[in-house]
Amino acid sequence: MAEREKSPDDNIVICRCEDVTLAEIRELIAQGYHTIDEIKRVSRAGMGPCQGRTCRQLIARELAIALGVPVEQVEMPTFRPPSRPVLLSTIARGEADE
Amino acid sequence: MSRNSADVVVIGGGVVGCAVAFELAQRGCTNVTLIERNTPASGSSGRCGAGVRQQFGTELNCVLAREAVRIFERMDEYLDYEPSVEFRQSGYLMLAFSDHQWEQFLANVALERSLDIDVRTLTCQQALEIVPFLNIDGMVGATFCQEDGHANPFHTTFAYARAARRLGVEILTHTEVTGIEVENDKIRAVVTDRGRIATSTVVNCAGAYSGQVAAMAGIDLPVWGERHQILITEPVEPIMGPMVISFHHDFYCQQVPHGSFIMGIGMPGEPKGYNMHSSVDFLEGMARSLRQLLPPVAQLRVVRQWAGLYDRSPDAQPILGECPPVERFFNANGFSGHGFMLAPIVGVIMADLVTTGSSSIDISKLDAGRFARGELVLEPAVVG
Repeated sequence: MAEREKSPDDNIVICRCEDVTLAEIRELIAQGYHTIDEIKRVSRAGMGPCQGRTCRQLIARELAIALGVPVEQVEMPTFRPPSRPVLLSTIARGEADE
Repeated sequence: MSRNSADVVVIGGGVVGCAVAFELAQRGCTNVTLIERNTPASGSSGRCGAGVRQQFGTELNCVLAREAVRIFERMDEYLDYEPSVEFRQSGYLMLAFSDHQWEQFLANVALERSLDIDVRTLTCQQALEIVPFLNIDGMVGATFCQEDGHANPFHTTFAYARAARRLGVEILTHTEVTGIEVENDKIRAVVTDRGRIATSTVVNCAGAYSGQVAAMAGIDLPVWGERHQILITEPVEPIMGPMVISFHHDFYCQQVPHGSFIMGIGMPGEPKGYNMHSSVDFLEGMARSLRQLLPPVAQLRVVRQWAGLYDRSPDAQPILGECPPVERFFNANGFSGHGFMLAPIVGVIMADLVTTGSSSIDISKLDAGRFARGELVLEPAVVG
């Protein structure tokens, strides 16, 4: 595989929850991971407590640039509940005690 | 589409399909096309609980699982994969909450030990030495196998897919099978939404959709989708080694290397179907079971919940092997929740069957014909 060219913004952290840099995202795209879901599965980007609120858009933009398509054409992954982390004990207490 | 004919067409890019494709190529059968509707691990493989265990109640399941573990143990080298499939042998702790269950566990342990699986029985006190915060109220005992554990399903699937590609397998993503041409019980071609691939041999690894794929070849295969749900917590420092399973509570929970706890419970009354939405009643039921069995873990936050499909068969056991009357139509499906953990050995067995007509492990009991013969396989050790 050809060495990807270094770029001055390589060290920018794209996913702050899971500490994934722009260089890592670009490397994965170069390896053939061409959907947000695949990049998430291989790098954990978007799996942290914020659930990809920031990085999802940034990864979509990188994919759009790399694949030469408008960003609207990059398929968004499904949103998975809950929208914010919730204490499990709170959820358990919300039920009638057995 | 680059190929219009293939020696073998593998349908389904989950971990099973990718393992079958790789093992075929390993045997010199490299003119293989794998067809995946979405991307590898986008279905059940990428939604599974990631556990790998050898503690089963039938000899065949124990042997299959044991041989799968042997492959997982050296998988990074075997598939020449970086970073890693993250296989960790942190054990499975199986809890018994009734005398009846305990007797079954004792029988399972005797069987497992006779098959060289290093499992032992534990008193409740001994179980507490492994998981100190386990609630042993009402518990009779436990069994433990240190060599059980878990692996990363994404990396495992990608590792097989990448190794298969390297050996010449063609993997078509975003491609859907729309038909299978059969003439006089011989396969002629697989038709997709992007073209026709002439072939004599199909391996049906389509998971919960395997029944639909078989129907395209005129085969009535009793495999259907059944939703199962999972949630994962925020990551914390390592406090729990093994997967904890209770059949009584239909419950499993494990802390993964990343620090998150991943867990699931069976939901009674789940209908046949392809619903992959997560539900609030699962979240509530899960939280209650967790608070009861592993109270401190309920002090964590749930980050994400999701659902995936079991590829259910009538006896919740895999369907492996050729499927008469159609010649060279092979099934590797119906895993009913154990596809990920068995995939490495299923790849080996299917590739042996396809290339030589026999396999080193006799899987004839797991053929699709067993349902018509009334010879169901009864496995006492399953969740959900």
